Amino acid sequence: MSDSYYDAADLSKFGDMGEFAPELARKFFGWYGAVFEEGALTEREKALIGLAVAHAVQCPYCIDALTEACLEKGSDPEQMTEAVHVAVAIRGGASLVHGVQMKNSLKRLGM
Amino acid sequence: MRRPLPTLQRRGSALSVPGVQLEVLSGLGLRQGFHEALQGADLFPLHALGITVLQVNVGKKCNQTCKHCHVDAGPDRTEVMPDAVVDQVLAVLEGTDIPTLDITGGAPELHPRFREMVSRARDLGRHVMDRCNLTILLAPRFQDLPEFLAEHQVEVVASLPHYNQGQTDAQRGEGTFGESLEALRKLNGLGYGRDGSGLLLNLVTNPVGAFLPARQDALERDWKREMERRHGIVFNNLYTITNMPISRFLEYLQESGNLELYMDRLVAAFNPQAAQAVMCRYTLSVGWDGSLFDCDFNQMLALSVNHGAPRTIFDFDLEALKRREIVIGPHCFGCTAGQGSSCGGAVAE
Repeated sequence: MSDSYYDAADLSKFGDMGEFAPELARKFFGWYGAVFEEGALTEREKALIGLAVAHAVQCPYCIDALTEACLEKGSDPEQMTEAVHVAVAIRGGASLVHGVQMKNSLKRLGM
Repeated sequence: MRRPLPTLQRRGSALSVPGVQLEVLSGLGLRQGFHEALQGADLFPLHALGITVLQVNVGKKCNQTCKHCHVDAGPDRTEVMPDAVVDQVLAVLEGTDIPTLDITGGAPELHPRFREMVSRARDLGRHVMDRCNLTILLAPRFQDLPEFLAEHQVEVVASLPHYNQGQTDAQRGEGTFGESLEALRKLNGLGYGRDGSGLLLNLVTNPVGAFLPARQDALERDWKREMERRHGIVFNNLYTITNMPISRFLEYLQESGNLELYMDRLVAAFNPQAAQAVMCRYTLSVGWDGSLFDCDFNQMLALSVNHGAPRTIFDFDLEALKRREIVIGPHCFGCTAGQGSSCGGAVAE
């Protein structure tokens, strides 16, 4: 067992999550695969969204997997970097918008 | 200004020797051999089903040295198809009903008899394809070539890894992207790629790195939109081609530490439907010296046709060649992964 909480080799063991709950895993992986199939959005667009979300939730496994998926669906590094900035903007904006709450408190507490 | 890199051969790399490449690939300990994969798909031994494309590699000389090139082509290469072989290729075309002549290289246009081969094949009523690197169309002696190709209704199959500069120049050399767009605009100006013109302009994209190509149909939609929106360029079809783990791409895989992972990906993505439709089953490849091969990749690995089939264009025997057993190796996984890969792009769903 690795001393690290995150080990790149663990990504390939993701499928083993079905070991103690096979039916739930079957449902999850089936649904997961269907989510990324072409629909109203293309597979490439979905992979870019996935990449952005992977950064928002800061999952290193997801970042590795979605980087490869984005390349294999035809995105280029510029498009992928812009997708990451979208995640960053929302995360940053989510923090900043809480400044309104700070201002409300200031107003309540101040003179 | 493009700055071509030295070829493997010029650098004296061990990988310039086909046998060394095969040793590297066979030493990887893949989870299954290609013959086992074919056995599992009930396709072993693999046989040709006919010859609808005569693909002629007229030489290894090129004005570019792309990082992924399976030919190890470049300006320093001197192999050029001699007159006797050119004459025999044309004689074979004349003596058979093979419908398509696919001319490749190197930059095939650099061959001194390129235009004659095109003209004579067209006079015989054959479809002719020029595998064009685009930048050659801007070289001083070749600026009238687009008009020549249009006049002879030659299908242009042009390499362009991406619709952005960074990706294209990373694979094909600095400055290539701008020159490629200029050449494409010239071709569009002659009607190439435009509906109703009868002038086919197909683009070929290889992944810029150690990953598989995207789905061809989805990528083509993106490319048509982006090439027109960004660059005002139109084309007919986009072909996705998997990078073959040989020659300069093999060197890249080794140096970047991606070789095992890439080969694992190819093997894991083996698609029986793609194996059923691989291009070697309907193509015959001719080397610059007249040797015969099942495909251009086998040609670069010096794996000539075998199993009793005639081995040179001078011994051409259509009946013996069109049902020949295909020579296979671990590199063949490159043509059977995912949607499959061929000189005409994906071959399966």
